[in-house]
Amino acid sequence: MKIIVAIKQVPTRDSQLNVADGGKWIEEDDLTFEINEPDAYALEEALQLKERDGEGEVIALCLGPSRATQTIREALAKGADRAIHIEEEQLEGLDTLGIAKLLAAAVKAENPDLILTGLQSDDFGYGQTGVVMAELLGIPHATIIMQVEKQGNAIKVKRELEDGWFQNMTIPLPALLTIQSGINKLRYATLMGIKKAKTKEIKTVTASDLGVPQGASATLDKVYMPQRTKQAVIFQGGDDPAKAAAQLVEKLKFEVRVI
Amino acid sequence: MARFPGVDYLLIDSLLSEQEKMVRQTARQFVDEQVVPIIKDHFREGTFPKHLIPEMGRMGFFGANLTGYGCAEMSNVEYGLLMQEIERGDSGLRSFVSVQGALVMYPLLTYGSEEQKSKWLPKLQSGEAIGCFGLTEPMFGSNPAGMLTRAVKDGDSWILNGEKTWITNGSVADVAIVWARTEDGIRGFVVEAGTPGFSTSVLHGKLSMRASVTSSLAFTDCRVPGSAMLPGAKGLKAPLSCLSQARFGIGWGVIGAAMDCYETARQYTVTRKQFDDKPIAAHQLVQLKLADMITEITKAQLLAIHCGRLKDEGKLDPAHISMLKRNNVAIALDVARASRDLLGGNGIMEEYPLMRHLCNLETVKTYEGTDHIHALVIGERVTGVPAYK
Ligand SMILES: Cc1cc2nc3c(=O)[nH]c(=O)nc-3n(C[C@H](O)[C@H](O)[C@H](O)COP(=O)(O)OP(=O)(O)OC[C@H]3O[C@@H](n4cnc5c(N)ncnc54)[C@H](O)[C@@H]3O)c2cc1C
Repeated sequence: MKIIVAIKQVPTRDSQLNVADGGKWIEEDDLTFEINEPDAYALEEALQLKERDGEGEVIALCLGPSRATQTIREALAKGADRAIHIEEEQLEGLDTLGIAKLLAAAVKAENPDLILTGLQSDDFGYGQTGVVMAELLGIPHATIIMQVEKQGNAIKVKRELEDGWFQNMTIPLPALLTIQSGINKLRYATLMGIKKAKTKEIKTVTASDLGVPQGASATLDKVYMPQRTKQAVIFQGGDDPAKAAAQLVEKLKFEVRVI
Repeated sequence: MARFPGVDYLLIDSLLSEQEKMVRQTARQFVDEQVVPIIKDHFREGTFPKHLIPEMGRMGFFGANLTGYGCAEMSNVEYGLLMQEIERGDSGLRSFVSVQGALVMYPLLTYGSEEQKSKWLPKLQSGEAIGCFGLTEPMFGSNPAGMLTRAVKDGDSWILNGEKTWITNGSVADVAIVWARTEDGIRGFVVEAGTPGFSTSVLHGKLSMRASVTSSLAFTDCRVPGSAMLPGAKGLKAPLSCLSQARFGIGWGVIGAAMDCYETARQYTVTRKQFDDKPIAAHQLVQLKLADMITEITKAQLLAIHCGRLKDEGKLDPAHISMLKRNNVAIALDVARASRDLLGGNGIMEEYPLMRHLCNLETVKTYEGTDHIHALVIGERVTGVPAYK
């Protein structure tokens, strides 16, 4: 099976974020970056599928600025066979459709059997990129995938629904799956893998190479820190806790509307 | 899972390549996830976390800077960064990796016969086999030239007699590299566990390096085949060349222990409040300690990187390594003590890594050439006059 895994580089979890001048994005200078968490699981799933099959190819596909090569190399160090880097310095200038168009164009040229993406990205959090990409490619997709098993020319998957419910389904290949975090055990990059990564191919392409016209149908207006509105109310029940409790219940019922 | 943020005051990362940072990152992640959560229990119980051996082998930690036989062929800076991260976890774990790579695989690769290499190196690299290095004896520590262990030729074989002590991994090893006096000087022997006349016993009662196995080795008319001798190792300079490899790793490793102590203390002092609800970090004497610590760590990092680059260029000699080992161990101990102090009562508790690192570093100061001995090496280099005797 030829598998493409879309991986994104995002700021390291627990980073201290500051809004950049102009209010359109965050300050990136002092940040460190890493692979988007669900994408790491997607990559692991792809590597395991290849290992179980005993043959095939895993291609890491990344849309991102030049610094994203570090994340691409990590994917190669973990075992991806080669990589495609769509170099684009300012991702925040693109909307989901724009991102998906670029990714889909790169995928089309490769004609893979399976495409895996993470469920969502830790920075934008759109959760749509994979789905839109599948639509653009005209292939079936399934989201929030917990388990993947190849069955001949199809793939059997387990989807996570709400409230502890799951859905099992079989879909024909080629297909696109968006992978949930935590579904497998991530491997460590080995020192040998890190060394070998240097010799693996990273093909760098641009939007114009892919023939995808620039421009977004949605634009990002403003990035801001959540406004902190502090509202603490102390119920003075005096000696009568029942009275304070009654006041609390009323607030929760009619103002906050949670009970 | 707490992730170690690293310690880099002086943009030292700008001296590292992308690949070097990747090596550090994978080791860092391994230590954060596999070592930090369990190590205090092993230290308390006095056990080595042997379940980590296969994964460390798979990741290429053993003999990481060696070439061939499945080794990772890392540069010396990459190897150093690996040691740093492992020792951030625990000096005992780093000792295991140092002994396996620098003191067992290195002499086999450098001085061994093809038969010895192909028999042992792949297994040692993967962690399927464990090795130990027997140089120190009860009567000869700092002065191994006086060793009493003897090997006498008997037909096609050698007969070993003597005792080695303080041997890391001694009683868990599948193979021992044993140094003994022969008619033509000191030679090295590859002795397999279970060889009749070879026995080991664990040294109990250590208050340092508790997560590492330390043993004595006894040889009583122990017969080994002629092919057990390392053909290329002649004279004391052979074991000393192994020690140079290990000491280089120690010079890096202890930075990891120091970084862990410093970062623990730094985080603690900005949250712990005393006097007028001020964080203790806001008091000048506390800041002085932190400033001293980060300055010494930074100098140690620069020393290590420079030595690493020199080693990659083939220009690092033992007298350089003495400075690296001596200085970095000494500052790591100072940092561990100062950090312990800054945590007050909490500093002595096992929930924090300080007391463990502090106790471990007392061993690191002694083994692989004591602080004194390295001062004498440096002294000899700058004066031309040896002062050991
Ligand atoms: C936990 C642990 C693990 C070890 N693992 C190994 C191992 O795997 N293999 C191995 O072979 N050995 C190992 N060692 C042994 C270690 O290398 C020795 O302990 C070390 O060389 C010091 O020897 P010693 O303990 O006999 O101390 P001594 O040599 O007796 O030294 C005691 C003190 O005297 C000082 N001193 C001695 N001579 C001089 C001098 N000329 N001038 C000034 N001061 C001097 C020393 O600096 C030190 O302060 C290990 C030790 C420990 C504690």
